[in-house]
Amino acid sequence: MNNPKLLSLNSTTSLISRFTRGFIQALIRINKQRPVTSSSPREMYIRHRRIKSAADKSMALAVRSRRNWSRAVLARFRKKRRRHVLVRRITTCAMKKRGLENKKSGHKEASHGQANELRRLVPGGEAMDLCSLLEETAHYLKCLNTQVQVMRCVADSYSTI
Amino acid sequence: MSSRRSRQQNVSRITDDQIIELVSKLRQLLPEIRSRRSDKVSASKVLQETCNYIRNLHREVDDLSERLSELLATIDVDSPEAAIIRSLIT
Repeated sequence: MNNPKLLSLNSTTSLISRFTRGFIQALIRINKQRPVTSSSPREMYIRHRRIKSAADKSMALAVRSRRNWSRAVLARFRKKRRRHVLVRRITTCAMKKRGLENKKSGHKEASHGQANELRRLVPGGEAMDLCSLLEETAHYLKCLNTQVQVMRCVADSYSTI
Repeated sequence: MSSRRSRQQNVSRITDDQIIELVSKLRQLLPEIRSRRSDKVSASKVLQETCNYIRNLHREVDDLSERLSELLATIDVDSPEAAIIRSLIT
Protein backbone atom coordinates (compact mmCIF):
# COMPACT_ATOMS: atom_id res chain seq x y z
CA MET A 1 0.00 0.00 0.00
CA ASN A 2 2.79 2.43 0.87
CA ASN A 3 4.36 2.49 -2.57
CA PRO A 4 7.42 4.80 -2.44
CA LYS A 5 6.59 6.32 -5.82
CA LEU A 6 3.09 7.09 -4.60
CA LEU A 7 4.51 8.68 -1.45
CA SER A 8 6.82 10.97 -3.41
CA LEU A 9 3.94 11.89 -5.70
CA ASN A 10 1.87 12.76 -2.63
CA SER A 11 4.65 14.94 -1.22
CA THR A 12 4.98 16.86 -4.50
CA THR A 13 1.21 17.25 -4.75
CA SER A 14 0.99 18.56 -1.21
CA LEU A 15 3.88 20.94 -1.95
CA ILE A 16 1.93 22.24 -4.94
CA SER A 17 -1.26 22.67 -2.86
CA ARG A 18 0.52 24.44 0.00
CA PHE A 19 2.36 26.76 -2.36
CA THR A 20 -0.70 27.52 -4.50
CA ARG A 21 -2.92 28.26 -1.51
CA GLY A 22 -0.37 30.63 0.05
CA PHE A 23 0.46 32.31 -3.24
CA ILE A 24 -3.17 32.96 -4.23
CA GLN A 25 -3.95 34.34 -0.78
CA ALA A 26 -0.96 36.67 -1.12
CA LEU A 27 -2.19 37.76 -4.57
CA ILE A 28 -5.59 38.61 -3.09
CA ARG A 29 -3.91 40.63 -0.33
CA ILE A 30 -1.71 42.48 -2.84
CA ASN A 31 -4.70 43.24 -5.01
CA LYS A 32 -6.67 44.61 -2.05
CA GLN A 33 -3.82 47.05 -1.32
CA ARG A 34 -4.04 48.36 -4.85
CA PRO A 35 -4.82 52.11 -4.89
CA VAL A 36 -7.68 53.35 -7.06
CA THR A 37 -5.41 55.04 -9.61
CA SER A 38 -3.19 52.06 -10.16
CA SER A 39 -1.84 52.21 -13.67
CA SER A 40 1.32 54.22 -13.11
CA PRO A 41 4.57 52.39 -13.98
CA ARG A 42 5.79 52.86 -10.42
CA GLU A 43 2.66 51.14 -9.06
CA MET A 44 3.13 48.30 -11.51
CA TYR A 45 6.76 47.92 -10.50
CA ILE A 46 5.88 47.87 -6.80
CA ARG A 47 3.23 45.23 -7.44
CA HIS A 48 5.67 43.23 -9.54
CA ARG A 49 8.21 43.18 -6.69
CA ARG A 50 5.49 42.26 -4.19
CA ILE A 51 4.26 39.37 -6.33
CA LYS A 52 7.79 38.05 -6.80
CA SER A 53 8.45 38.26 -3.04
CA ALA A 54 5.11 36.57 -2.37
CA ALA A 55 6.01 33.72 -4.73
CA ASP A 56 9.44 33.14 -3.16
CA LYS A 57 8.06 33.44 0.35
CA SER A 58 5.11 31.11 -0.35
CA MET A 59 7.44 28.45 -1.68
CA ALA A 60 9.76 28.76 1.33
CA LEU A 61 6.72 28.54 3.63
CA ALA A 62 5.44 25.49 1.77
CA VAL A 63 8.79 23.75 2.36
CA ARG A 64 8.85 25.11 5.93
CA SER A 65 12.16 24.76 7.80
CA ARG A 66 13.00 21.32 6.46
CA ARG A 67 15.76 22.64 4.20
CA ASN A 68 18.68 25.02 4.64
CA TRP A 69 17.66 27.07 1.62
CA SER A 70 14.07 27.59 2.80
CA ARG A 71 15.33 28.60 6.24
CA ALA A 72 17.68 31.11 4.58
CA VAL A 73 14.85 32.58 2.48
CA LEU A 74 12.55 32.93 5.51
CA ALA A 75 15.37 34.51 7.53
CA ARG A 76 15.96 36.95 4.68
CA PHE A 77 12.29 37.99 4.76
CA ARG A 78 12.33 38.40 8.55
CA LYS A 79 15.43 40.62 8.30
CA LYS A 80 13.88 42.61 5.47
CA ARG A 81 10.89 43.32 7.66
CA ARG A 82 13.21 44.69 10.35
CA ARG A 83 14.93 46.82 7.66
CA HIS A 84 18.45 46.07 8.90
CA VAL A 85 20.01 46.20 5.48
CA LEU A 86 23.45 47.19 6.77
CA VAL A 87 23.46 44.32 9.25
CA ARG A 88 22.59 41.87 6.45
CA ARG A 89 25.52 43.10 4.31
CA ILE A 90 28.00 42.78 7.19
CA THR A 91 26.69 39.31 8.09
CA THR A 92 27.01 38.13 4.50
CA CYS A 93 30.62 39.37 4.27
CA ALA A 94 31.50 37.69 7.57
CA MET A 95 29.87 34.45 6.45
CA LYS A 96 31.76 34.57 3.15
CA LYS A 97 35.06 35.04 5.01
CA ARG A 98 34.21 32.17 7.35
CA GLY A 99 33.28 29.98 4.41
CA LEU A 100 36.65 30.55 2.72
CA GLU A 101 38.54 29.66 5.91
CA ASN A 102 36.58 26.44 6.36
CA LYS A 103 37.34 25.05 2.91
CA LYS A 104 39.71 22.36 4.12
CA SER A 105 38.79 19.77 1.49
CA GLY A 106 41.33 20.27 -1.27
CA HIS A 107 40.01 17.92 -3.93
CA LYS A 108 37.82 18.94 -6.86
CA GLU A 109 39.55 22.30 -7.25
CA ALA A 110 37.72 23.03 -10.50
CA SER A 111 34.35 22.35 -8.87
CA HIS A 112 35.11 24.88 -6.16
CA GLY A 113 35.30 27.67 -8.71
CA GLN A 114 31.92 26.68 -10.13
CA ALA A 115 30.58 25.96 -6.66
CA ASN A 116 31.16 29.58 -5.66
CA GLU A 117 28.76 30.70 -8.38
CA LEU A 118 26.25 28.09 -7.19
CA ARG A 119 26.64 29.27 -3.60
CA ARG A 120 25.55 32.74 -4.69
CA LEU A 121 22.49 31.41 -6.50
CA VAL A 122 21.15 29.00 -3.86
CA PRO A 123 19.82 30.75 -0.74
CA GLY A 124 22.05 30.09 2.25
CA GLY A 125 24.65 28.53 -0.03
CA GLU A 126 27.57 30.49 1.37
CA ALA A 127 27.45 28.70 4.72
CA MET A 128 27.21 25.12 3.41
CA ASP A 129 29.82 22.50 2.68
CA LEU A 130 29.95 21.11 -0.84
CA CYS A 131 27.89 17.96 -0.16
CA SER A 132 25.05 19.85 1.52
CA LEU A 133 25.20 22.46 -1.24
CA LEU A 134 24.65 19.82 -3.92
CA GLU A 135 21.77 18.22 -2.02
CA GLU A 136 20.12 21.56 -1.32
CA THR A 137 20.55 22.55 -4.97
CA ALA A 138 18.67 19.45 -6.11
CA HIS A 139 15.74 20.21 -3.84
CA TYR A 140 15.85 23.93 -4.66
CA LEU A 141 15.71 23.12 -8.39
CA LYS A 142 12.66 20.92 -7.89
CA CYS A 143 10.85 23.62 -5.91
CA LEU A 144 11.80 26.41 -8.34
CA ASN A 145 10.41 24.29 -11.18
CA THR A 146 7.18 23.78 -9.27
CA GLN A 147 6.97 27.50 -8.51
CA VAL A 148 7.38 28.42 -12.19
CA GLN A 149 4.78 25.87 -13.34
CA VAL A 150 2.19 27.03 -10.81
CA MET A 151 2.79 30.70 -11.57
CA ARG A 152 2.45 29.98 -15.29
CA CYS A 153 -0.83 28.12 -14.62
CA VAL A 154 -2.18 31.02 -12.56
CA ALA A 155 -1.17 33.60 -15.17
CA ASP A 156 -2.72 31.54 -17.97
CA SER A 157 -5.96 31.13 -16.01
CA TYR A 158 -6.19 34.86 -15.31
CA SER A 159 -5.47 35.80 -18.88
CA THR A 160 -8.35 33.72 -20.21
CA ILE A 161 -10.94 35.37 -17.98
CA MET B 1 24.75 18.45 18.24
CA SER B 2 26.07 15.08 17.20
CA SER B 3 25.39 15.76 13.55
CA ARG B 4 27.65 18.81 13.65
CA ARG B 5 30.41 16.78 15.34
CA SER B 6 30.19 14.03 12.76
CA ARG B 7 30.13 16.63 9.96
CA GLN B 8 33.38 18.14 11.30
CA GLN B 9 34.91 14.67 11.42
CA ASN B 10 33.77 14.03 7.87
CA VAL B 11 35.00 17.33 6.37
CA SER B 12 38.34 15.76 5.49
CA ARG B 13 36.58 12.52 4.51
CA ILE B 14 34.08 13.78 1.92
CA THR B 15 34.86 11.19 -0.70
CA ASP B 16 34.98 11.72 -4.42
CA ASP B 17 32.34 9.01 -4.71
CA GLN B 18 29.88 10.99 -2.63
CA ILE B 19 30.42 14.05 -4.77
CA ILE B 20 30.11 12.05 -7.98
CA GLU B 21 26.84 10.55 -6.76
CA LEU B 22 25.38 13.93 -5.84
CA VAL B 23 26.53 15.46 -9.13
CA SER B 24 24.90 12.65 -11.10
CA LYS B 25 21.71 13.15 -9.12
CA LEU B 26 21.80 16.83 -10.09
CA ARG B 27 22.39 15.85 -13.69
CA GLN B 28 19.10 13.95 -13.74
CA LEU B 29 17.26 17.17 -12.94
CA LEU B 30 18.74 19.24 -15.73
CA PRO B 31 16.70 19.23 -18.94
CA GLU B 32 19.52 19.54 -21.51
CA ILE B 33 22.05 17.09 -20.14
CA ARG B 34 19.40 14.44 -19.51
CA SER B 35 18.77 14.11 -23.23
CA ARG B 36 22.45 13.56 -24.04
CA ARG B 37 23.29 9.91 -23.53
CA SER B 38 26.93 10.39 -22.58
CA ASP B 39 28.31 9.29 -19.25
CA LYS B 40 31.32 11.52 -19.45
CA VAL B 41 29.78 14.83 -18.46
CA SER B 42 32.26 16.52 -16.17
CA ALA B 43 31.29 17.78 -12.72
CA SER B 44 32.13 21.36 -13.57
CA LYS B 45 29.89 21.17 -16.66
CA VAL B 46 27.02 19.92 -14.51
CA LEU B 47 27.57 22.75 -12.02
CA GLN B 48 27.72 25.26 -14.84
CA GLU B 49 24.51 23.95 -16.38
CA THR B 50 22.88 24.03 -12.95
CA CYS B 51 23.85 27.67 -12.46
CA ASN B 52 22.48 28.55 -15.90
CA TYR B 53 19.27 26.64 -15.20
CA ILE B 54 18.75 28.38 -11.84
CA ARG B 55 19.35 31.76 -13.45
CA ASN B 56 16.82 30.91 -16.17
CA LEU B 57 14.24 29.89 -13.59
CA HIS B 58 14.82 33.11 -11.63
CA ARG B 59 14.27 35.07 -14.82
CA GLU B 60 11.08 33.16 -15.55
CA VAL B 61 9.76 33.91 -12.06
CA ASP B 62 10.53 37.57 -12.67
CA ASP B 63 8.73 37.60 -16.03
CA LEU B 64 5.75 35.74 -14.64
CA SER B 65 5.53 38.17 -11.71
CA GLU B 66 5.49 41.06 -14.14
CA ARG B 67 2.81 39.38 -16.24
CA LEU B 68 0.73 38.69 -13.14
CA SER B 69 1.05 42.29 -11.96
CA GLU B 70 -0.32 43.48 -15.30
CA LEU B 71 -3.15 40.94 -15.15
CA LEU B 72 -4.07 41.84 -11.59
CA ALA B 73 -4.51 45.44 -12.67
CA THR B 74 -7.32 44.46 -14.98
CA ILE B 75 -9.33 41.82 -13.15
CA ASP B 76 -10.82 41.00 -9.80
CA VAL B 77 -8.86 38.24 -8.06
CA ASP B 78 -11.46 36.92 -5.65
CA SER B 79 -13.79 35.02 -7.95
CA PRO B 80 -11.44 32.77 -9.96
CA GLU B 81 -9.53 31.65 -6.90
CA ALA B 82 -11.64 28.62 -6.11
CA ALA B 83 -11.67 27.47 -9.72
CA ILE B 84 -7.88 27.71 -10.03
CA ILE B 85 -7.14 25.88 -6.82
CA ARG B 86 -9.62 23.19 -7.75
CA SER B 87 -8.11 22.73 -11.21
CA LEU B 88 -4.55 22.55 -9.89
CA ILE B 89 -5.19 20.10 -7.08
CA THR B 90 -7.60 17.61 -8.68
